[in-house]
Amino acid sequence: MAMLWFWLVSVLVAIYVVMDGFDFGAGILHLFVARTDQERREVLGAVGPLWDGNEVWLLAGGGSMFLAFPKVLAAGFSGFYLALFLVLWFLILRAIAIEFRSHVQDVLWRQLWDTGFTVASFVLPVLLGAALGNVLRGVPLDGSGYFELALWTNFRVSALPGILDWYTVLIGVFALVTVAAHGSLFLAWRTGGSVHDRAAALAPRLWGGVVVMWLLATVASFKVTPALFGALPHAPLAWLAVVIFLAGLLLVFSGLKAGRHLMAFLGSGAFILGILAATAACVYPVMLKSTLDPAFSLTAQNALAGTVGLHAALGWWFIAFLLVLGYYTFLFRFHRGKVKAAADGEGY
Amino acid sequence: MGDPLFWHRLQFGFTVTYHYLFPQLTMGLAFIIVVLKAMGLKTGDTKYDEAARFWIRIFGISFAVGVVTGIPMEFQFGTNWAEFSRLAGGVIGQSLAMEGMFAFFLESSFLALLVWGEKKLSRKGHFGAALALWIGSWLSGYFIIVTNAFMQHPVGYTMAPGGVFQMASFWTFLLNPWAFAQYAHNMLATVVTGSFVVAAVGAFWTLKGLHPEQARLNLRTGVILGFIFSALLAFPTGDISGKMVAKYQPVSLAAMEGRFESGPYADLVMIGQPNVAQARIDNPIRVPAILSFLAYGHFSADVKGLKAFPRDQWPTSIEMLYYAYHIMVGLGTVLIAIMALGSLLLWKQRLDHTRAMLWVLMLAFPFPFIATTAGWAVAEFGRQPWLVYGLLRTAQGASPTVHSGSTIFTSLGFAGIYVVLGFLFLYLVAREVAHGPAPTGAKA
Repeated sequence: MAMLWFWLVSVLVAIYVVMDGFDFGAGILHLFVARTDQERREVLGAVGPLWDGNEVWLLAGGGSMFLAFPKVLAAGFSGFYLALFLVLWFLILRAIAIEFRSHVQDVLWRQLWDTGFTVASFVLPVLLGAALGNVLRGVPLDGSGYFELALWTNFRVSALPGILDWYTVLIGVFALVTVAAHGSLFLAWRTGGSVHDRAAALAPRLWGGVVVMWLLATVASFKVTPALFGALPHAPLAWLAVVIFLAGLLLVFSGLKAGRHLMAFLGSGAFILGILAATAACVYPVMLKSTLDPAFSLTAQNALAGTVGLHAALGWWFIAFLLVLGYYTFLFRFHRGKVKAAADGEGY
Repeated sequence: MGDPLFWHRLQFGFTVTYHYLFPQLTMGLAFIIVVLKAMGLKTGDTKYDEAARFWIRIFGISFAVGVVTGIPMEFQFGTNWAEFSRLAGGVIGQSLAMEGMFAFFLESSFLALLVWGEKKLSRKGHFGAALALWIGSWLSGYFIIVTNAFMQHPVGYTMAPGGVFQMASFWTFLLNPWAFAQYAHNMLATVVTGSFVVAAVGAFWTLKGLHPEQARLNLRTGVILGFIFSALLAFPTGDISGKMVAKYQPVSLAAMEGRFESGPYADLVMIGQPNVAQARIDNPIRVPAILSFLAYGHFSADVKGLKAFPRDQWPTSIEMLYYAYHIMVGLGTVLIAIMALGSLLLWKQRLDHTRAMLWVLMLAFPFPFIATTAGWAVAEFGRQPWLVYGLLRTAQGASPTVHSGSTIFTSLGFAGIYVVLGFLFLYLVAREVAHGPAPTGAKA
């Protein structure tokens, strides 16, 4: 039961990163690949109908963690208190920017929200990536099951770390570059004209950056948390995940070379899913590692909620998941074909 | 002021109160939009679709603010109420996760289709999108209410060692009788809010002599729905909710009514200020024996006063609870009166020309927002001093490692952001109302 729910939560979080990742990426590139109002409305038209649903994966993942591992949610959310409110506030800015931008036909109004969209899309992956970095590095969980972390201390990975130190910021930048690259493929696939051309031209460079950052992040993780890789030989799922993300990377580059951007985009989705799955397989069963004493770590077993509730939840969870797949299939079919900028007074 | 608990409560209370201004409008409008689209399908008359189109635009703006102010609510269970989450997460995490999986995905998938997809969809397809949004948003409402109902009237759980709540019966939890009463009352209230807003816009256009056909349609729709639903709000749903409180939270009933002494033939206090230190109501206006009848169905029923309960079970703010309750009931009565009069004039075919009534309808739209906010204040102040009624105290639920330096910062941050958000929302809605029902693209 513990393992099953660990994977259900991990899958939801990984899907969240893939889905919201492409609209974060589109937001990061928004100001650079789209110059005219018409072009910007193409970018917004591509993410507009999807961003809200993409963000629901985060709530679904958080909700599933809440019901299955309440201790992890309690410790994690209160421990990362300030960082999470920064995440919330930038999520607000981003959503409002997307939704309100095209309501008013005014140059300054639209510049304001275009910039807000890009700024928020820049900051969020860094913060969320740093959160993953914290999970990998560990936090000072003590016997009470809670911890307290300042936003930063001295940026060193020490006994008294902050939420932001060189390692977590590095993981944050890795996340930033990755979703930007992911978003460039999404835009190359979904748009035509100049936006497509610019996104397609940026994609190989961004993916070069991803490979560099991936190597850096791997070396850094080796230094900060060697146990992570120690688990690799005993985790067959991790091997499968490694194969998936390497295959994804291969697909990205061959797709780029052939100019087949949908294929490359699917490859980048597989890359992100795979790399997160490999990470999850290596940290299992630990969900929140204690830097003070491994006995204080919260694991899938010691944080698991009662069985009656989890059995009931399995029943509705799969029904809901199938429904969601249905909505998404319908949505992507409905919005197939290249995005066109909406007419004035309509659309994003 | 340096007590983190105070700030946890203030921040959650403020952000949830602010957030709920938007869902109550969108849930009400979602229903009204379905009614309009159904009328359009049935009669084939495009004026219904035109009206729906206008309200869908307002819905879209409100929904966006509802979403962005809603996400912080989900987070704050963990950030601010970590102990509550740790102890009760195995139960309430269930309904909150269901909200995400069943309701939010449905809403988010069909929102863009409803708001921007009319041209690409068939008439029935667009009606389907409206239906999906209505079902999604009302489902979302149920999952939140069932979560709150567990806190008000916990059922379907067992208590594991260390005070951890565990699910004992999923269906008992999900079908909490408290949730049914509260849900019915609350959802009717959303339609009342929507009706008043629709009627106010209709009244505004009528007074200005603008868009006569649409003005009349909105006025009619708002007044008819508003009358039906505000009446149902008082009876039976308000009545049932009151009797539930009398049965399961008698100490809250005493505080709501400002009743300190016990006894039969209990008076209903209409007006007066609770003076808790002296345990009395200042300058009261009372109606004899009515409270006994309302709470228990007969005039001689004994209604317990606050003094009959131990001090540590009293709600933490008797005054807030008393005022919230009186504002809710008082405004609820005003709402019924306005819509009854409006309906009478409509029936006599004089509403379009009775300018005084149009002024009242135009200006009355804030009242249902205030009454609903007061209603939730009754529920939540009435629940105090408990987080889970009778089992877990509010003071035991806060995050142990978050200090007031952090909570004050985030409370101030929300205050600032929400003021800006409020101005943006009002600006965009006012533009739409000023622009009128024609498609926005028609304007330069």
